Amino acid sequence: MSKKNTHILVVDDEEIVRESLSGWLEKDGYTLASAPDGPSALKELEAGTWSIILCDLKMPGMDGLEVLDRARKLHPEIAVVIMTAFATVDTAVNAMKLGAFDYLVKPFDPEELSLMIQKIVSQQSLVRENTILRKALRRDYRFRDLVSKSPAMQAVFDLARTAARSPSTILVLGESGTGKELMARAIHAESPRHERPFVEVSCAALTETLLESELFGYEKGAFTGAAARREGKFEAANEGTLFLDEIGDISPKLQMDLLRVLEERKVTRVGGTELVPVDVRIIAATNRDLKKAVQEERFRQDLYYRLNVITITLPPLRDRREDIPILVDHFLETLGVEMKRDAEGVSAEAMALLLAHDWPGNVRELRNVLERGIVVAKEPILQVSDLGLSLSSGPHAPAPAHPASLAEIEKQYIASVLQQTDGNVTHAARILDIDRVTLYSKIRKYGLRKVEGEAAGES
Amino acid sequence: MKEIAIWWIGASGVAVDLLEVVQRRVAGEFGLPVGAHLSAERPEGSLDPRRRQHSSTKILHWLAEHRPAGADRVLAITDADLFIPILTFVFGEAHLKGRAAVVSTARLAGDGLMLPDPARFRARVVTECVHELGHTFGLLHCQSTRCAMARSPGLREVDAKNETLCPACRERYLELATENGENDEQEKHPHSGRR
Repeated sequence: MSKKNTHILVVDDEEIVRESLSGWLEKDGYTLASAPDGPSALKELEAGTWSIILCDLKMPGMDGLEVLDRARKLHPEIAVVIMTAFATVDTAVNAMKLGAFDYLVKPFDPEELSLMIQKIVSQQSLVRENTILRKALRRDYRFRDLVSKSPAMQAVFDLARTAARSPSTILVLGESGTGKELMARAIHAESPRHERPFVEVSCAALTETLLESELFGYEKGAFTGAAARREGKFEAANEGTLFLDEIGDISPKLQMDLLRVLEERKVTRVGGTELVPVDVRIIAATNRDLKKAVQEERFRQDLYYRLNVITITLPPLRDRREDIPILVDHFLETLGVEMKRDAEGVSAEAMALLLAHDWPGNVRELRNVLERGIVVAKEPILQVSDLGLSLSSGPHAPAPAHPASLAEIEKQYIASVLQQTDGNVTHAARILDIDRVTLYSKIRKYGLRKVEGEAAGES
Repeated sequence: MKEIAIWWIGASGVAVDLLEVVQRRVAGEFGLPVGAHLSAERPEGSLDPRRRQHSSTKILHWLAEHRPAGADRVLAITDADLFIPILTFVFGEAHLKGRAAVVSTARLAGDGLMLPDPARFRARVVTECVHELGHTFGLLHCQSTRCAMARSPGLREVDAKNETLCPACRERYLELATENGENDEQEKHPHSGRR
């Protein structure tokens, strides 16, 4: 950045100070403006872009510390230098606590002022350079909303880019939280169908009959409550992409129905006879071992072959730990914007903990940990205590305080496991050693609300 | 022809040798005639009794009002210690794109513990005179530490500089001088170029 583009605001109630300081810095080529009091300084700050504020401490009305506080809230990257004729330790400490870059006692030594301005300008320039470099790096490491620099994931991105251009069915495999849904969305976005709908169905969340009518639609009067004809997800996704999540959890009858649609490219609505042609690109995903399910005859082999045209396997986060720093950067930036919080990074100790953690919930778990960290952190740099992680984490059900029924204990235990997994049903089901459909039915039975956002994160 | 007037406004007697060197070097550097102004008149009201220093800003205002007849610019040299309100001292000050500049010899002799080397002292005075006059022509501080227009917050930086403009500042000076020559309106309004 040229000196002309470095904008400095001088705030002082004494005109002579404003003039002499502005004049002195102007000869260095900086762009100067001045304000006689706090309120006019804040107006200037709201109207323009500033790199540095030199602000007097004692001014009538609004003092320098208040200007500092409000300026840092408006522009966290701004460097504020507090000037005063009367130095006290307390005010200096307060100024630094509020985020002042430095504290100068009037009159300044010319060398001191000169060096300080140079220091601010070069620091800001380094920060800018760093941001640009990081963004450039991240661009290279991205496939739409997925971020990775690990060679394994880069190979996955290459395969996905190629697969996106073909009309073939894609099977996305990977543990819960590895980004299966984001991968499906990315493939759709990169495909020739990107301007047509992307329709998602979570097969594990619905009972067999509900899923059937959800997928294929129904005719009026097909069942009680079917007051009008309704088109299913296949028809809704016509000319676009249908994402069938948790495909490993569907019943044998639905497996057969789905196989028929994949073969004939036509659907029959529930309660109807008409064959409706559909042009849909299928992306299916599961965290189950489908091959094993085929061997155990829980999943139809012919459907497996139909789905398994192109397989994309997403590695778990513990197998690509080199991605943790870049993912932390990515999530802090996006979550910081979403949550309107200043999240600059994590401390070295916190990063060491993040790198050591096993991440059973994968990238989604990392995102949730960082989201929690941003909520509780008092500073822009997240500390170990903000993350709520421990190296020896594991489920511990609280002992009931009074004798309770078996159902009550089950309800409490499921609630506590869901809390620990941040509402991640797949992860919770694995801990409880039951399948997802059973867990969903227990959640419904006990009236336990699924934590919101579970479906919105990486699947 | 536009002339630069050099005016000794110090309390002690005129250092004729020093003024002659400055006159010669400044004339050579800016390619303009430089004349000595020998008036005994001195700025009034510039002394700050509390700081026991003279306000360079007040001296500049006074100089702009008392610019010698026929002189396009005035460069005053003084033995008084100068300050601007926000700084502990300055070696000199000038109106950017203006008509007046002032340089103090008070701190250029050194810290007072050692006898100043006369040649080094003269070089420092010439360098700062070229520097402040450069501002009156519109030159800003230069990134090259060897150029007379480099920022000099201390003697170390003054000593690192040459008495002359670097090629880039020289080129810029010639551009600005051409621009100023084209705009003779400034002649009729001596204060129009002041910040």
